[in-house]
Amino acid sequence: MSTWGTPKGVRNHAHAGVRAPSGYPDGMEHPRSEPLLPEPRGPLSRAVVDHLRGTGPLPPEEDIAAAPVYGDDLQLALYVCYELHYRGFEGVSPDLEWEPELLRTRAALERRFLTALRADARRHDGVDDALAGILVEPVDGTGVSHFLRDKGELWQLREYAALRSLYHLKEADPHAWVLPRLRGRAKAAMAAVEFDEYGGGRADRVHARLFADLMEDLGLDTTYGRYLDAACAELLVTVNLMSLFGLHRSLRGALVGHFATVEITSSPGSRRLAEAMRRTGAGPAAEHFYDEHVEADAVHEQVVRHDVIGGLLEDEPHLAPDIAFGVDATVFTEDLLGDRLLADWRAGRSCLRTPLPQEFTHNS
Amino acid sequence: MPNSPSDAPRRVTVQRKGPLLLEGPVEVELEDGTVVSSDRFRVALCTCRRSRRYPWCDTSHRDRA
Repeated sequence: MSTWGTPKGVRNHAHAGVRAPSGYPDGMEHPRSEPLLPEPRGPLSRAVVDHLRGTGPLPPEEDIAAAPVYGDDLQLALYVCYELHYRGFEGVSPDLEWEPELLRTRAALERRFLTALRADARRHDGVDDALAGILVEPVDGTGVSHFLRDKGELWQLREYAALRSLYHLKEADPHAWVLPRLRGRAKAAMAAVEFDEYGGGRADRVHARLFADLMEDLGLDTTYGRYLDAACAELLVTVNLMSLFGLHRSLRGALVGHFATVEITSSPGSRRLAEAMRRTGAGPAAEHFYDEHVEADAVHEQVVRHDVIGGLLEDEPHLAPDIAFGVDATVFTEDLLGDRLLADWRAGRSCLRTPLPQEFTHNS
Repeated sequence: MPNSPSDAPRRVTVQRKGPLLLEGPVEVELEDGTVVSSDRFRVALCTCRRSRRYPWCDTSHRDRA
């Protein structure tokens, strides 16, 4: 058992109750707390956040064109736009999800992001070529999971979990959007894997729930969106990539390529992270989350490669370059994140923008 | 003889490289007589014998470079 001093699941919403009225008549307003809007990191994210609060204009195109594409400001602005499609924000009308001006801004941010990805990610011609690189296990791997397995300390595992919570607390959600865009074998297989990710009908086995359990072992706050302000730009890039692919039918091939990459790389990576959790005594739920993914994703990899990709290529063979791009873009953005984390940790620095509370004691 | 006309054959997918794929749930009897089970919709059985989760695949069959 572990006990930690940090509170979990409770936040004090200072500005609760200022939610804009719903645009739908008799809209049901439940007293449920949504994530707080993040602190802006520059002119783009400030304009988007202010706009959502109803107090300012959206950013001009020139500002969007001038911002560093993988930088904090542009990525946070895009993240905030996307989050309206997941859980929204406290005090922000859910109807803004489909506000035309906001969608125009989101599209301008996406164009920069997608153009950069197409230029910067390594490009393979075929799906098999793109997958070949990630189906080989490096003997002397130098990635984040290797680092954490061999010398990761508890504070680094906590930082890693806080960062990844931006995805894992909505694990499988971005990929669910592709379901209506697939047919036949690809759809059936994709739905089967997603069903597994969502716990096979059991709430206590939903992977997002298993990750929240891991966070509790590590003394982290499991509130959705809690670590958005703490997350570095490189982490936002990895989550924005999934939302970009998930929200556009035109990018369904890339979304499938993304999913395949996650499932293929997850099993060996999860084994290393499970070892890191065991070695540091992080706790049983922390170990279980990654142990579960070793086996589950070894199966998912097979289903995704044979039936999701295989089925999609049979149905829509012209999507092969998009699937390959999805793989390459995922590898590229994960490498960006990995380089950032390892540079910080090797220098003994936190990779978070705001440090985690340290007032806990670990009794495992 | 099938037990009943409705018993569809159970499909097993074999690959030259990689695990044996079965429709779950399955029970596997190991050499020492112990029985392990998996309730996944698809089960990947290790054939390379390198898995640390034997009899389940853990991707240890992959080439190392």
